Amino acid sequence: MFDDDRFNLRRPINHGLIAGVIALSVSAIGMVDLFAQRQLITGVLTLGQLILFLAMAILGFMVASKSPRGKAWTGLIYGLITGLVAAVPPALLVLLAQVFNVRQFLVNVSPGLIRLLTFDRDIPQGLVLLFAISGVVGLAGAGLQLLPASFRRPILNGLAWTLVIGLLSEILSQRLRTFFGSEITGLIFQGRALGLSAALILFFLITAIAGVWQRRGDSVKSRYAQMNPGQRRRIGFGAMVLGILVLVILPNLLGTYLSEVMNNVLIFALMGLGLNIVVGFAGLLDLGYVAFFAIGAYMMGLLTSQGGLGVAGISFWAALPLCVAVSVLAGIMLGIPVLRMRGDYLAIVTLGFGEIIRILALSDLLKPVIGGAQGVLQIPKPQVFGISLIKPELLYYVVLAGILLAVFISYRLSEARIGRQWMAVREDEDVAEAMGIPLVNTKLLAFAIGAAFAGMAGAIFASKLTSIFPHSFNLLISINVLSLIIVGGMGSLPGVIVGALVLVGLPELLREFAEYRYLMYGVLLIVMMLARPEGFWPSAARRRELHIHEEEAPPEHPETAAAPASD
Amino acid sequence: MQIPAVRERLQNIDFIDLILWIFRAVIILLVVWGTIAAIIDNPYSTSQWINFIVFGIAQGSMYALIAIGYTLVYGVLFMINFAHGEFFMSGILTATVFLAGPMAASGFMERQPVISLLIILIVSMLVSIAVALVTERVAYRPLRKAPRLVPLITAIGASFFWQYFFRGLYGSQSIPFPQIQALQGSFSLLGTQILKTQVLVVVVTIIVLIGLNFFIMRTKTGKAIRAVAEDKDVAALMGIDVDRTIAITFATGASMAGVAAVLYAVVFRQVQFFMGFIPGIKAFTAAVLGGIGSVPGAAVGGLFLGMFESVGPALFLQGLGIPAAHQLKDVIAFTMLVLVLIFRPQGIVGERLGEKKA
Repeated sequence: MFDDDRFNLRRPINHGLIAGVIALSVSAIGMVDLFAQRQLITGVLTLGQLILFLAMAILGFMVASKSPRGKAWTGLIYGLITGLVAAVPPALLVLLAQVFNVRQFLVNVSPGLIRLLTFDRDIPQGLVLLFAISGVVGLAGAGLQLLPASFRRPILNGLAWTLVIGLLSEILSQRLRTFFGSEITGLIFQGRALGLSAALILFFLITAIAGVWQRRGDSVKSRYAQMNPGQRRRIGFGAMVLGILVLVILPNLLGTYLSEVMNNVLIFALMGLGLNIVVGFAGLLDLGYVAFFAIGAYMMGLLTSQGGLGVAGISFWAALPLCVAVSVLAGIMLGIPVLRMRGDYLAIVTLGFGEIIRILALSDLLKPVIGGAQGVLQIPKPQVFGISLIKPELLYYVVLAGILLAVFISYRLSEARIGRQWMAVREDEDVAEAMGIPLVNTKLLAFAIGAAFAGMAGAIFASKLTSIFPHSFNLLISINVLSLIIVGGMGSLPGVIVGALVLVGLPELLREFAEYRYLMYGVLLIVMMLARPEGFWPSAARRRELHIHEEEAPPEHPETAAAPASD
Repeated sequence: MQIPAVRERLQNIDFIDLILWIFRAVIILLVVWGTIAAIIDNPYSTSQWINFIVFGIAQGSMYALIAIGYTLVYGVLFMINFAHGEFFMSGILTATVFLAGPMAASGFMERQPVISLLIILIVSMLVSIAVALVTERVAYRPLRKAPRLVPLITAIGASFFWQYFFRGLYGSQSIPFPQIQALQGSFSLLGTQILKTQVLVVVVTIIVLIGLNFFIMRTKTGKAIRAVAEDKDVAALMGIDVDRTIAITFATGASMAGVAAVLYAVVFRQVQFFMGFIPGIKAFTAAVLGGIGSVPGAAVGGLFLGMFESVGPALFLQGLGIPAAHQLKDVIAFTMLVLVLIFRPQGIVGERLGEKKA
C-alpha cells in the first residue's frame, strides 16, 4: 500500500470488484430489500440504498489514497472506475434474474430486490442508472479522500450524524411530538424520515460545528488543562451533577417503550462491565460468560418464584445478594480449573462450560429443580415500599442503581493495586508472576467480580421478564457481550456503555437490524480488530500505550492509516 | 521416577492442585461407578452395543476429517480457527441448494448416484476452500503478528459472519438432503446390521486420510507445509512462499471439512446454516484429544471422541440413573474437552507441542 507513480488500472478494478462483491452479497442475503423499508431522508435515501452503495463509497475512498501522489484527477478517475466496476456484479444479478428464477436457490433475491436495484425502471434504463449512481458514489468517495484533512473530518462527521438522525427519525419524531407538538416536528421530519431540506441544514450545521471544534478544540482543552485543580474539580463536579440529573429524569424523556429498551441496554452493559474486568482488565477471554448470567437468573427465579418451582418465596431485595453470592461462588469454582490455562485454550474451555450449563438446564436430569425447557415462571417484579415496579420507567432505577454500583466498583478497582495487577497479568503472565503478583488470587478475583456483575444482571433480568427459559442463555449472549466491549474498547468503562447502546440498543430499536444482528457483530469484530483494536472509546491507558508505539515505530498495519477516522 | 523428584512434588502440592486432583478423582469415580452399574444392569443386547460402537466409528470419522483442519492450521499458525465449523457448513449447504435438490428433482441422482455424489463432493470442497481462503485473507493474514487473542476474536467474528451470511443466502430453515436409494439398507455382519451409509463414511474417510498423508509426507507442497509449521522464518529463507503455504494449509483443512460435510449430509440427510458449529467444537475437542498439531492425532482423537460420545451415555450415564441420558451426549463431548484441556493439553498422542507452542 504505497504510492505508485504510474497510472495503474488494475488497482481501481480490484477495488471495484471487492466493492461489487460486497454490494452483491448484501443484496443476495436480503439486507438491501429489508433495509429499503426504512427511509433515512424522505423520498431521497433509504437505508437499503445506503447499505448498497456504502462499500463503493468506502472503496472509492480507499483507492484514491493509492493514486499517484500530487495528481488529484487520477484519484478521481480511480474512484469513478471503482464505482463503475462495482456496479457490474449487482447488474449481473439483475440480468440473471431476468433469465431464470434465482429465487429457488437464493431465497432473498425477490422481485422487490430487482426493482430496487433498477430503481423501478425498465432493464436497460435501470441498469444505466445503477452504473451512473455507482460511478458518482465512487467518485464522491475518492473526492472525500482528496480533500484536505481539515475539511474531510467535519464532513464525515456531518454525514455520519445526519444519517444517524435519519436512521432514528421514527423514534425521534415520536418523542419530539410528545414534547413540542407536531408543528415543530413536522419541520424536521416528513413522513417517517428526515425531510430533505432539514437533512441538508442538519448536515451543514453539524459539519460547521465539527469544523469549528477542530480549529478551536485544542485551545479549549489547553485552557482546561491550565486551570488550577480546584477549578477543575468544580467543573468535574458540575458535570457529574448534570450527568446524574439527566440519568434520573431519563425515563420521563424516553417514555415506556424506550425505557424498556434502555433497561435491556443497561442489563447488557452490566454484563459488559463484568466481562470487561475479566477480558479487558485481566485479559482472560471468557466465552462462557453467559453461565453466570444464567446462574444469577435461575437463583432469582427459584428464590422468589410464586410458582411450583419456587423454593423460598422471598423478596427481590432479599434474593439479590444471594444470587450475587452464588454467582461469585460459581465464578471461583469455574475459575479454579482454568487458572493454569492461557489465551485461546481458556476461551474454548469456558465456552465448553457455558454449553454444559445450558444443556444441563435443558435436560431432564435437572427438570424437577429448574423446570427444563418450560423454565421457571411467576417470578415477581421487585417491590419498593409495597409498590411493584411493573412499569419499565420504574424498573429503570433498579437497573441504573446496579450499573452505577458496577461502574463505581470497576473504576475504583481499575485504579487500585488489584487493577494494576490485572493489567500486568494481561500484558505478560510470567513477568507479572516474577514481579511478585499472586496469579491465583488475582485471576480468581477477576473471575469472581466478573461473575458477580453477571449474576446481578441475571437476577434483574429474571425479575424483569418474570419468567426464564434455558433458551435465553445461549452462547450468543456471550458473543453479544464480548462484541460490545470490543467495539467500545476493552478495559474502558465508557466504552462498555457506548458499546451496549449501539450494539444492543440499535437492534432493539430497528427491527431490521435484529435480523442481521450477528452478521453485523461478526463484521464488527473483524473490522475492529483490523482497523481499531483499541475500540471506539479506548481507555486512557490503552490510548497511551498505542501512542507510545506510534512514536517508537511507524504503524505496522497500513489499514489503520487507511481506515476512515470516525471520532 | 526418582525419590527426590517425588518428594519435591509432594512439597509443591498446593491448594489448587489439591482441588484439581479431587475434581479428577470425582470424575473417574463417577465414570467407573456408572460403568459398573451399567454392566451389572446390562440394559442393552450385544448387537445394540455393537451398533453404538459402529455409529461411534462413523461419527468419529467425520470428527477426524474436520479435526484435521484445526490441527493443520494450529500446526502452522498456533491459532484456533474458530470459523472452521463454518467451512464445513458452507460447502455442503451450497451444494445441497444448487445441486442435490435439483438433481434429486430431475431424477439424475437416482440414475447416477455415484456421479452425482462426486459432483456434490467436488463442489462442496471447492466452496469450503473458497470460504476458507477469503477468511484467511481478510481476517487472519493481516493479524499474523498481533497478540494471540486478536486472531481468535476475528475468528469468532468470522464464524458468526459466515453463519448468518449463509442464513441470509439460503434461509434459516433446514434443507433436506435427498435420500439416495443405493445407500439405503444395511449389511449383515456377524449377526448385526450395519448401515450402508456408515460403511461409506468409514471407507471414504480411510481413503481421504491416506491421500492426505501422501500429500503431506510425499509432495513438495506437503513438505513446505511441514517446513512452515516447523519455523516460518527459516522456511522463508529456504525459498518457501510462506503466505501461499499458509493459504494452502487452510485450503487443505477446508477441503477435508468439505468431504466430512458431504458424509454428514448423507448420514443425517439435513443441512442448515447452524450445522457447523457444534461439530466444529467437537472436532476441535478431537484435535486436542489427539494432540493438536499432529495429523494422525486428529484421526485418533476423532475416532476416540466419536466412540466415547455414542457409547458414553449408555455406558456410564444411564448407569448413574440419569433420565434420558442421550440428551447429555453433548455434555460428554464438552466435558471431555474441558478435562483434556485442563489435565492433558498435549493430548493422547501429543508429542510435538513444546512450551513454545503451547
